[in-house]
Amino acid sequence: MERTYLDHAATSPVHPQVVEAMIPYMTTYFGNPSSIHSFGRESRRALDEARETIAKTVGAKANEIIFTSGGTEADNLAIIGVAMANREKGRHIITTSVEHHAVLNTCKYLQKQGFDVTYLPVDEHGMISVEQVKSALRDDTIIVSIMFGNNETGVLQPIHDIGQLLRDHDAYFHTDAVQAYGLVPIDVHELGIDLLSVSSHKVNGPKGVGFLYVREGVRLMPHIYGGEQERKRRAGTENVPGIVGFQKAAELAQQTMSEKRALYEQFQHIMLTTFEREGIDYAVNGHETNRLPHVLNVAFFGTNVEALLVNLDLAGIAASSGSACTAGSIDPSHVLVAMYGNDSERIRSSVRFSFGYGNTLEQIERAAYDIAKIVKRLTKA
Amino acid sequence: MMYLDNSATTKPFPEVLQSFIKVATDYFGNPSSLHGLGMQAERLLTQAREQMARLLEVKPSEVIFTSGGTEGNNLAIKGVAWQHQQRGRHIITTAIEHPSVIEACKQLEQFGFQVTYVPVDERGIVSVAHIEQALRDDTILVSVMHVNNEVGSIQPIEQIGAMLKKYPKVLFHVDGVQGAAKLPLHLKRANVDLYTMSAHKFHGLKGAGVLYVREGVRLSPLLSGGAQEMQLRSGTENVAAIVAMAKALRLSIEKYRESYARLEEIKRAIIGRLQTIEGISVHTPLEQSAPHIIHFSLEGIKSETFVHELEKQHMYVSTTSACSSRKKAPSKTLLAMGIEKTRAERSIRISLSYEQQIEHVPIIVEAIEQAYERLKIVARGTK
Ligand SMILES: Cc1ncc(COP(=O)(O)O)c(C=O)c1O
Ligand SMILES: Cc1ncc(COP(=O)(O)O)c(C=O)c1O
Repeated sequence: MERTYLDHAATSPVHPQVVEAMIPYMTTYFGNPSSIHSFGRESRRALDEARETIAKTVGAKANEIIFTSGGTEADNLAIIGVAMANREKGRHIITTSVEHHAVLNTCKYLQKQGFDVTYLPVDEHGMISVEQVKSALRDDTIIVSIMFGNNETGVLQPIHDIGQLLRDHDAYFHTDAVQAYGLVPIDVHELGIDLLSVSSHKVNGPKGVGFLYVREGVRLMPHIYGGEQERKRRAGTENVPGIVGFQKAAELAQQTMSEKRALYEQFQHIMLTTFEREGIDYAVNGHETNRLPHVLNVAFFGTNVEALLVNLDLAGIAASSGSACTAGSIDPSHVLVAMYGNDSERIRSSVRFSFGYGNTLEQIERAAYDIAKIVKRLTKA
Repeated sequence: MMYLDNSATTKPFPEVLQSFIKVATDYFGNPSSLHGLGMQAERLLTQAREQMARLLEVKPSEVIFTSGGTEGNNLAIKGVAWQHQQRGRHIITTAIEHPSVIEACKQLEQFGFQVTYVPVDERGIVSVAHIEQALRDDTILVSVMHVNNEVGSIQPIEQIGAMLKKYPKVLFHVDGVQGAAKLPLHLKRANVDLYTMSAHKFHGLKGAGVLYVREGVRLSPLLSGGAQEMQLRSGTENVAAIVAMAKALRLSIEKYRESYARLEEIKRAIIGRLQTIEGISVHTPLEQSAPHIIHFSLEGIKSETFVHELEKQHMYVSTTSACSSRKKAPSKTLLAMGIEKTRAERSIRISLSYEQQIEHVPIIVEAIEQAYERLKIVARGTK
């Protein structure tokens, strides 16, 4: 049976060119970048180059990029780092109720430390409005953290407009761009972003690497202390092969962005027209158009998500109920609950399909048909 | 070519690389995903955890995967501090810890914690009695490294652990980054509560490590999010590097067990011969030191100059620890051992791996001797 992986938002396969780029840094150039001999210098050169390349992908300068162990660490560093360094200025944080747990649980942690957090609700499209941010802003707001694109529904937030609004306020603007990176062109200056989190394993890079963009001048307290790596903002021997792999993945993502967008939009179209043609009862969760192209979250009315996922898995289709990171269990998605309320049937019957490297038109056509068949079987009983 | 900077980082074993590539390519799923690929990844993660646990003789649930030694040390120290601050805000450590311990403590001092940095003797070894004397009613943590990364001195971990049995409320953290896989240490018998390891120091890959957290020890997490790693460390697990790390630990334990006596002999032979060279002082104690680290200083020659001179002979050594070698400050460990500043600025560390053979001794010593001679001539000429 051919397997079709439609869970790229959970994690993505490493691109063969990425592995290839990493190998020399695990065999020949394995030095510690802090060492002053040639092994160290070679590693450092690779690190500097990766930083340059990656900085350019978001319109930043190399010294504004801090490499981390992934998206979770980048989110923690951004929010805790800003909160702790600016706690004399204020203790108010604004975020949304649909963030990834790396943001939500970090905010909860800070609440225990005496910070005050406003969780903005979303509408039934999964969106917040600039007006909501505006009315939540206070003199003591020190950071506004709003994700670029949602990991469960793909819904995009009005990042540009929020950035505009915050230009006239002291609060820093952080966005979790883990899902948007590589699929949406991002220029931190145009968008008025002060801090931005990215994770490598979502864009066909290796796991265990990410970065936080921190605009020059932002006051940030480090989270992990030790040596003087990452300009003293993130200690620890740098994961050179991982970072080199991330660089390659970032390059590939930039080069293929527009063709991927077009392809994934086509995938979405194929899926939805197939569901339509097969006459199943479904609805797309989240805004109809204002979404990331690789995520399609669908409610199949009359089904139960657990049974649905098991059957899909048996048919060789790997999808998910939402965030993979809510380790293990199928709890109702906090994102769907925020959009539709606890009582909506959607929160028990929705599946997230997410596209990526390796998916083909034929795969999607067949998967869409198989999904429709399974849904019909499950709703007949 | 002779790479003698294995305390800074090691070359990954070929088998480790194979594991990494295989897992990264074929089993790329997210362990939290419920479908087949996710479950495969989760199974690999579980196996790696069980294997690490077996090798360390602890329980799998006591093995927390991290991104490396620095994160492990930060999690251990700050995790204890934030979790137990109601009980007390005093921490004891030593004057010769790695920056990832010292700087984490310094951060806590900013938040009102008090830290005692216990001095060491001229060999770079802390005394159990001094640690016991530093204990107070509000002490919550003692953090002592196993093997010092600069001079290789071994700290009396078993004895400190035994002494701390009398103070059951005080937690005991050991930075095991330089000792892991190289020196035996039975965590349970030594009464260790927390133990840090870093894969790239034992021929694994950069970006993976372990914090052993004894069952029952409560920590405040450093990273919040998806609640992976028994809720102590959020973030998608670096499965491939973790599987590779388990393999690296097994192979390293085997190889260093086999080569322990030989490395000890090499170390003694090199130290013995270096001591006869005029202008060289050896700072690694002959007894109670790890078999893979040799630290010495050269009168009249800056350590950086010397590293580059040796490099011309394709021999790669380092100035102090890699983490601080770029800032060119004198070694804190040497200063704590009572060595004067000018000496401490002229120090060189050799760190061996299982690959070194006894025949390498004359090659290493002669290279050092010749490089030193050449530089002395240059130095005289420019006067
Ligand atoms: C939106 C979002 N933020 C943060 C993360 C966490 O990133 P990582 O898995 O690299 O820790 C994820 C993925 O899990 C995500 O989808
Ligand atoms: C004793 C000691 N502790 C901690 C570390 C930090 O480990 P890592 O480089 O994995 O962050 C090192 C090495 O740099 C070390 O030698």
